[in-house]
Amino acid sequence: MAQLLQGETGQWELVIGLEVHAQITAQSKLFSGAPTTFGAAPNTQVSFVDAAMPGMLPVLNEKCVEQAVRTGLGLNAVIHKVSVFERKNYFYADLPQGYQISQFLHPIVGKGEIEVDLSDGSVKKIGVTRLHLEQDAGKSLHDQHPTKSFVDLNRSGCALMEIVSEPDMRSAEEATAYLSKLRMILQYLGTCNGNMDEGSMRADVNISVRKPGDELGTRCEIKNVNSLKAVQAAIEYESRRQIESIESGEPITQQTRLWDPAKMETRPMRSKEEAHDYRYFPDPDLLPLELDEGLIEKIRATLPELPDEKKHRLIETMGLSIYDAGVLIAERRRADYFEIVAKNRDAKLAANWVINELLGLLNKNGQTLEESPVSAQQLGGLIDLISDQTISGKIAKDVFAEMFETGKNASDIVEEKGMKQVTDTGAIEKIIDEVIAENPDNVTAYRSGKDKLFGFFVGQVMKKSQGKANPATVNELLKSKLGQ
Amino acid sequence: MSALTHLTVTEAIKGLENKEFSAVELTQTHIKAIENHRHLNAFITETPELALKQAAESDKRRAAGTAGALDGIPMAIKDLFCTKNVRTTAASHILENFVPAYESTVTRNLFNQGAVMLGKTSLDEFAMGSSNTTSYFGNVINPWKKSGGSNVDLTPGGSSGGSAAALAARLCMGSTGTDTGGSIRQPAGFCGITGIKPTYGRCSRWGIVAFASSLDQAGVFGRSVEDTALMLKSMAGYDPKDSTSADLEVPDWPSLSKQSVKGLKIGIPKEYRMDGMPEEIEKLWQKGITGLKDSGAEIIDVSLPHTKYALPTYYIIAPAEASSNLARYDGVRYGLRVEGKDLNDTYENTRAAGFGDEVKRRIMIGTYVLSAGYYDAYYIKAQKVRRLILQDFENVFTQCDALLTPTAPSAAFAIGENEDDPIKMYLNDVFTVPANLAGLPGISVPAGLDANGLPLGLQIIGKAWDEETVFRVAYAIEQAANFTSLPEMVTRSAA
Repeated sequence: MAQLLQGETGQWELVIGLEVHAQITAQSKLFSGAPTTFGAAPNTQVSFVDAAMPGMLPVLNEKCVEQAVRTGLGLNAVIHKVSVFERKNYFYADLPQGYQISQFLHPIVGKGEIEVDLSDGSVKKIGVTRLHLEQDAGKSLHDQHPTKSFVDLNRSGCALMEIVSEPDMRSAEEATAYLSKLRMILQYLGTCNGNMDEGSMRADVNISVRKPGDELGTRCEIKNVNSLKAVQAAIEYESRRQIESIESGEPITQQTRLWDPAKMETRPMRSKEEAHDYRYFPDPDLLPLELDEGLIEKIRATLPELPDEKKHRLIETMGLSIYDAGVLIAERRRADYFEIVAKNRDAKLAANWVINELLGLLNKNGQTLEESPVSAQQLGGLIDLISDQTISGKIAKDVFAEMFETGKNASDIVEEKGMKQVTDTGAIEKIIDEVIAENPDNVTAYRSGKDKLFGFFVGQVMKKSQGKANPATVNELLKSKLGQ
Repeated sequence: MSALTHLTVTEAIKGLENKEFSAVELTQTHIKAIENHRHLNAFITETPELALKQAAESDKRRAAGTAGALDGIPMAIKDLFCTKNVRTTAASHILENFVPAYESTVTRNLFNQGAVMLGKTSLDEFAMGSSNTTSYFGNVINPWKKSGGSNVDLTPGGSSGGSAAALAARLCMGSTGTDTGGSIRQPAGFCGITGIKPTYGRCSRWGIVAFASSLDQAGVFGRSVEDTALMLKSMAGYDPKDSTSADLEVPDWPSLSKQSVKGLKIGIPKEYRMDGMPEEIEKLWQKGITGLKDSGAEIIDVSLPHTKYALPTYYIIAPAEASSNLARYDGVRYGLRVEGKDLNDTYENTRAAGFGDEVKRRIMIGTYVLSAGYYDAYYIKAQKVRRLILQDFENVFTQCDALLTPTAPSAAFAIGENEDDPIKMYLNDVFTVPANLAGLPGISVPAGLDANGLPLGLQIIGKAWDEETVFRVAYAIEQAANFTSLPEMVTRSAA
């Protein structure tokens, strides 16, 4: 369902397609044995091949091919048994070979699709046109020296998947939903860490506008859109710009534009006339890539449960709410954490603790789940203490705060601090008797019909027991004693 | 001492084994010969210290009984093979001071068998040429002169002209080459020695400065078919670092090459009879045919109908690949850099100063044929024709075991003779280019002299991976031709 934008001359429809570059999770580069660790000192992860020394030759990394196939299968896409690496020729200081080895006419993965959930509860299918393998370039650093540019080749030759969508998106919301869903799927598959801050996932956004029902408008490609927020902002800016430009009588010219996150605007990089002629041709150093059915099936057999399937299972067989299921599956690590906590336990209670307590506290501290001081097993241990009534839910929150602080197990904390719940009716009765004796006026008032005072008595009893009294037992006994 | 430079590799190994001389002595003799023949300009870089060190180590190995197949044999290496810590220039200004930190697979294989490296030989810049005149380091002179006291300097052919001239002048016992369109076979023909380009994929291309990746193949020059077989055996073999290298066993070519050709069918392709080809070449070809018949081979006429398209096809595919392969010489990371006002200016200055005219010409042709709007008409069409040329060979090899043709349409020509007309220069490769396009093994064997006393070669082209038959037929031609002529310069210095 199209979300239309109001212009001076009427309503406009956005047409958006995304090209996502996802760095493949692999130990070494696409065509060399150099490591791919992020954040290493500049030019320390560079082989002779990556630096394009004379006479060096590319050798395809099988692991990267498997990752591309795995991703293709995860996107329900066609896997091409034969694909071809071609050279995309252009000069730049951070492109050592003077060409990028990529796939052009014959990509490894063809058409697929992704389902995205929109905020109005609807689900939309976004087509994937293709996925191909290619090398990343190095990095030019222009801010290290007043007159020189520096080049870091650590990234040169790293394996990328370029995932191209159909121009199926009609709003910034759909585009960001697509991107986050794609990111989620890649993380579940383990083929890309999806880390947009580190540049492991980068998006180019193609945008055009048209009057509803018209032919496609002239598009602009926006580069350097490197976060979900940036996708949102860039689409909002660029669509406005295009509408205003057309409405003021200046038609859109096909352009590559750059997103400037500081100024929150797009500006032209190069026009169609200045566009490179990449002179693609099959790389004669590499044979066509042939995949046998056995390999594809082997990879298919090891596909993990993907986010949509997992969500359905959490709702249908574990009984979670749609909202809770959505929160839990949003990141694979989060879902994995939850599943450990929930194993053989009350799933709703587990979801509640993971979402409200754990994620809440992590969020407050600006920490990620990986940095959590409480492991999934430990949180599970805490829930066990609640379920077997060793502690009350209220005490559990204090125990959890202590666990978060010290990293200790719940049972140890409860033991050390004597926080075990009191279920001994004799002990509780004794406290109740004290409370009744200390508050004769309230007892009289309650007995004469002021039911609301019941809460007061519960509070007094809990206070006297230092929160350890079993609330259910307290309720029961209080009722019977006050009723006398 | 000079007699040592006239030995074949096989003879030298026997001499070393029998302690008639040491590897150090053998190497010293060749170093001396190189010093005495610097006017030929065969070497870009001489490595005498390295050679003597390798030779001393070789003598130790031989004494210890651990000598390799080529132990102590002094060889020259085409300056297109990257050699660790030894300058590797591709005969280009742009790589004039480039010193690789790695060893090409082929030279590593040779060193693993004990070969000694005397130095790096000159070539046409980036192996682009047929006369060795495009080298940034000046042209190489062929040790052969026209008979009758001519002083005119002749080209050794190209691109592996330095390696061919050095071997013909007895400055080394064997030398490596690379052959993209005839760069081993044509200079072998011009210099009166044997040179083989094996099947594409037989030798690793790893560490060889690339010209045209789908055509480049390493090979070797020797003064006998047996020597060539011996050295190629050490160079060849599967290399996982080259995705186009073949995972096949390397046969024992030295022993197999002497088998009789009796019963072999040899095809004579009629398309290799060119208009305006000197009569002597035709005569030499007939002599070769007779020799093979006398050795028991059966001769049949065959047709390779697409031969005439080979040269134009080659001159689209080779420059296309070269234009991309040479993009890495941009002045950013290594090699020559001529600073400009910005990055593009630096590229332009560097490449304008770094590349010679022929290299620039091919980069421009290659860029053109790959450009939008021309790609289908040139590059794609050339690939289709290449396929037809391969099918021609596949067809005739259902009828025969190998082909016999002339190596080149002429003998060595004077330096500067074809310089004004690139097309005329390109015609030198008309008989050699088809084997590259089809990836087939080809050898040139010296088979006689022309009226001017210059050597002429015959080429044998074989089936893919069937170097064995190529060597056998070459050996039969060698026996029949009994080519013993030497450049006058060599006989004089030997006297």
